[in-house]
Amino acid sequence: MKTTVPLIIAFLAGLAMVLSFFSGPGVPVVRDISAEFLIWSSIIGGFSFLLGVVSITRVNWRKVAARQHGWGYNLVTVISVFVMGLPALIPAGWLPEGMTSLAGRNAGSVYDWLFVNIMTPMSQTMFAILAFYIASAAYRAFRTRSTEATLLLLTASLVMLWRVPMGEALLNTITPALPDFINTYIMNGVNLSVQRGIIIGAALGAATMSLRIILGIERTYMGKG
Amino acid sequence: MSRSEQFSHQTVCGRLTGLLVGAFFGILLYPAMAMAQEPDSTLFRSDRINALILVIIFSTAVLLYTRWAKQGKPLFIRKIAGLDAIEEAVGRATEMGKPVLYIPGLQELDDIQTIAGISILGRVAKITAQYETPLVVPVRYPLVLAAGQEVVEQAYVEQGKKDSYNKDTVRYVAGEQMAFAATVNGMMMRERPAANIFMGAFFAESLLLAETGNAAGSIQIAGTALPEQIPFFIAACDYTLMGEELYAASAYLSHEPLLLGGLKGQDFMKVIIAICILLGVALVVFGVGDQFVEFFRHQ
Repeated sequence: MKTTVPLIIAFLAGLAMVLSFFSGPGVPVVRDISAEFLIWSSIIGGFSFLLGVVSITRVNWRKVAARQHGWGYNLVTVISVFVMGLPALIPAGWLPEGMTSLAGRNAGSVYDWLFVNIMTPMSQTMFAILAFYIASAAYRAFRTRSTEATLLLLTASLVMLWRVPMGEALLNTITPALPDFINTYIMNGVNLSVQRGIIIGAALGAATMSLRIILGIERTYMGKG
Repeated sequence: MSRSEQFSHQTVCGRLTGLLVGAFFGILLYPAMAMAQEPDSTLFRSDRINALILVIIFSTAVLLYTRWAKQGKPLFIRKIAGLDAIEEAVGRATEMGKPVLYIPGLQELDDIQTIAGISILGRVAKITAQYETPLVVPVRYPLVLAAGQEVVEQAYVEQGKKDSYNKDTVRYVAGEQMAFAATVNGMMMRERPAANIFMGAFFAESLLLAETGNAAGSIQIAGTALPEQIPFFIAACDYTLMGEELYAASAYLSHEPLLLGGLKGQDFMKVIIAICILLGVALVVFGVGDQFVEFFRHQ
């Protein structure tokens, strides 16, 4: 029962999606059912956030209580979750005049201030760090220890030169046809054909997996098999 | 699998297959019915007939190979080094007394890559349960948390190690992409896991995670179907599963003929696609390929 019922639900939901893809405007009921499924998944997803709050609080609070190494960071995490989460859930209209900025998510609210002045800059910093990681990864990838690595180094150097205005100007001085050559034969030739090969393979893999799930052959995602 | 389970699974599978095939043929009858209808009451999207034909061929191939696999016909599956290395990586973690870090991607549970990641997590959890190696699974979405906990717990139960299962093995860390990356990077640098396994959908954070893991000295195995992220993983990880290999991983690790049959069906479809590409090229070269190309146009 614990296995069969989810299997049947998975099959019916999958079938509804397949039918909605192929059905025309003459059968609105199929589209309505598939749209309903999508709404349900959003609602379930929304409610499940409580699971996340419980998990993050329990894991971090346990470390704080045990005074484990780095417990201060865990305490900051727990406080941050509630300082940002709780005021955002309270409608601003519930508070008396002059205190409305303490609740809600409108511009000027506590939540908005924390998001704009702390969350966003920290995210941007993380994203900016990516540039340094790319440099170290490129160094490892481009070390000319084999024929393939040498080819990769030469190709990447050409593409990077072509991607910046100064580099393109430099390539133009060699021959005006060179930027076009890079675009046509490297980016839209070798690069695109390999990408398409991966995409076709991945799409077939995804379709196979979907079929296995719809037919109940693949049950590992439920912890079975 | 017990006999009763086998029977019920086969019965369900057989009935579902019958229903699916019936539904497909039902859809095939739509155009004929639709011809008598007004344009705005069309029952079937005739502009998607190409997709339907391909779906039918593909589904038939997968189901046929699955049937043959069930009958015990030998199927050759090529070796995937990254998947063979999983057990080795867990073994290394056991020897070092360090945890295995597993990330099932950064997408919601409705993404097929996440489902693939969760499926592989089940196989990895069985190995970690067997060796009693600590496993850490940070996730970005609560639904993935619930599914992950279910899968890991079941893996520990199946290995007879229910007492070793810790509910916080799978933990929610952050809902925001870069906050998630920062948290996991912190884990990597503090706990120094012996092995990092990334399986699922990754975006800009792929290199942040993989480079940090590399700096922490962990063995790294990654798998994603997003072509933009594959080069980053190749540069920073020891093994990388590309595209279809991610979806094949669960079947490959299970060694179950029923699941391996699907992989052969997939290979058959690739042959069909390759033939179509070559045929299309030949027809276009001779200037008679317009209709052929039009058939494959996405609607």
